[in-house]
Amino acid sequence: MEAERSKKSLFYLLLEDIMSRLSVTWKEVKKAKVSYAFIAPFCLIFIIFYLVPVLVSIGLSFTYYNILEAPRFIGWQNYINLFFADDVFLIAVKNTFLFAVITGPLGYFAALMIAWMINEIKNRFIRALMTLAFYAPTISGQAFIIWKFIFSSDGYGLVNGWLMKLGITYEPILWFEDAGYIQPILIIVVLWMSMGTGFLSFIAGLQNVDNSLYEAGYIDGVRNRFQELWYITLPSMKPQLMFGAVMTITSSFAIHDQLAALAGFPSVDYQAHTVVSHLIDYGSIRFEMGYASSIATLLFFTMILCNKLVQRLIRKVGD
Amino acid sequence: MAAMKKKRKGVKPSHSLLGNFFNIFILVLLGLFMVMPLVLAVSNSLKPLEELFVFPPRLFVRNPTLENFHDVFVLLSESWIPFSRYIFNTVFITVIGTLGHLIIASMCAYALAKHRFPGRDLIFAVIVMALMFAGQVTAIPNYLIMSRIGWLDSYMALIVPAIGKPMGLFLMKQFMEQIPDSLLEAARIDGAGEARIFLTIAMPQVKPAWLTLMIFSFQDLWNMQGSNFIYSEELKTMPYALSQIAAGGISRAGATAAVTVIMMIVPISIFVINQSSIVETMASSGIKE
Repeated sequence: MEAERSKKSLFYLLLEDIMSRLSVTWKEVKKAKVSYAFIAPFCLIFIIFYLVPVLVSIGLSFTYYNILEAPRFIGWQNYINLFFADDVFLIAVKNTFLFAVITGPLGYFAALMIAWMINEIKNRFIRALMTLAFYAPTISGQAFIIWKFIFSSDGYGLVNGWLMKLGITYEPILWFEDAGYIQPILIIVVLWMSMGTGFLSFIAGLQNVDNSLYEAGYIDGVRNRFQELWYITLPSMKPQLMFGAVMTITSSFAIHDQLAALAGFPSVDYQAHTVVSHLIDYGSIRFEMGYASSIATLLFFTMILCNKLVQRLIRKVGD
Repeated sequence: MAAMKKKRKGVKPSHSLLGNFFNIFILVLLGLFMVMPLVLAVSNSLKPLEELFVFPPRLFVRNPTLENFHDVFVLLSESWIPFSRYIFNTVFITVIGTLGHLIIASMCAYALAKHRFPGRDLIFAVIVMALMFAGQVTAIPNYLIMSRIGWLDSYMALIVPAIGKPMGLFLMKQFMEQIPDSLLEAARIDGAGEARIFLTIAMPQVKPAWLTLMIFSFQDLWNMQGSNFIYSEELKTMPYALSQIAAGGISRAGATAAVTVIMMIVPISIFVINQSSIVETMASSGIKE
């Protein structure tokens, strides 16, 4: 009896607590009207075109939907088909991971190292010039098409021309038609474009490391610039490292445009077929929206998961 | 800042002269690899036809000519829709989208950085999460939503999503954190409303950030083909029209090279002009735990 009463009163206490909290929050919400007015326009657009689409995509991934008929719920069927009935998807997954695993970390560390090396230069003008040189490929739009000329499949292509002139080969190599060459060339091109926004973030982060930290480091026995990098510079720019990682991971899982432009879509033996290619194939060409949504959903969770994992790693830098 | 610059001149005990030399040497080598394709693109665009197809191929042009650029304009003037219309479309969506993004993202960033209200941290966390997935993930639902609202085949389909880009908001919010609260508090005591504080105090403090926002947004919109959402020829964008020339293949090799150069020159020059304010903004770009 006693126990029951105290249980009951506990429940009421809890309820009362929640109610009072809610009323406090409600008061705060009312008080913050102006703040909500400030964020409303952005949040509205963000919700409609970024948040809702993710939810819709998850929802549609459990349906058969061809735009003409209403979506029909089919449970996990799309996912089952992806993994057990769609060989091309498995190739796409393999390629995506190959590209992401090579170009992602390599691009990230290259961007970091290059940003660091640029920061070691004393002359301000040369620093700016170098930054431009490395960042320009990222922002030059369709300029990667030039690689089609460099690795052109006839004798007029730069590499073929040179190889033939030097007598290394006697006929042009079919770079983008030979399954053995496609991926290595594409990896070079992707790396060429991979400096990205993260690189700028690194450049900025490096410039703003507190100088007194370095002086303290010299007293503590930091002798060369590599020790300086690991013990002082990197730990004090962790936030930029995180930002750069997010940018790199997101873009390396989304590789498709450059590959399709250079190697064709579909490419020989699906050598340049990534998960995004597969998504575009089913979403924009075959109009199997349910199936395409399941690809998009998998991609979404892979990106988020990878980001979370890498952030956990970065927290350990310099420890 | 001044102290930092002074220190740069002093010799750091951790830096050897040999190391400095190696550093520059490696950077120049890598830099050449980065720049060479772009130089090649420019060089190709200046080559007359007979130089584009010569064996062995040449890196640099011998007899530079503007023939290819001339060809582009001839091709464009023969197009069904006057080329000025494509330029207008791209300029229009770029200007409106960029301005809209700047205003709306800054407003939101100001409230997220400088106001306290329930849900603030949650909203920001969701926006950081949105940085973690690429646009392709939402492409299909976006198409369905556009068709539901009736924005397919209109400028709105290209402009409005660009206004709500999470990246711009994120950068602006991080940068606004630096505005001293005392400055805003003083204005509040003087009786200024929030709108006025935002416009006359907060915004002038973050000029480098708005330049950065505008440039990122500009780059997205300038390169946007938008052919998923737009099917009327008269609403299509310049990158789309130019890509059609490039699709002409080998017979238009010269014109394609010229198009590539035309498209890359604008974003690169804008970056060159604004490099220092972009770098200043990126300093606060970090994701804190």
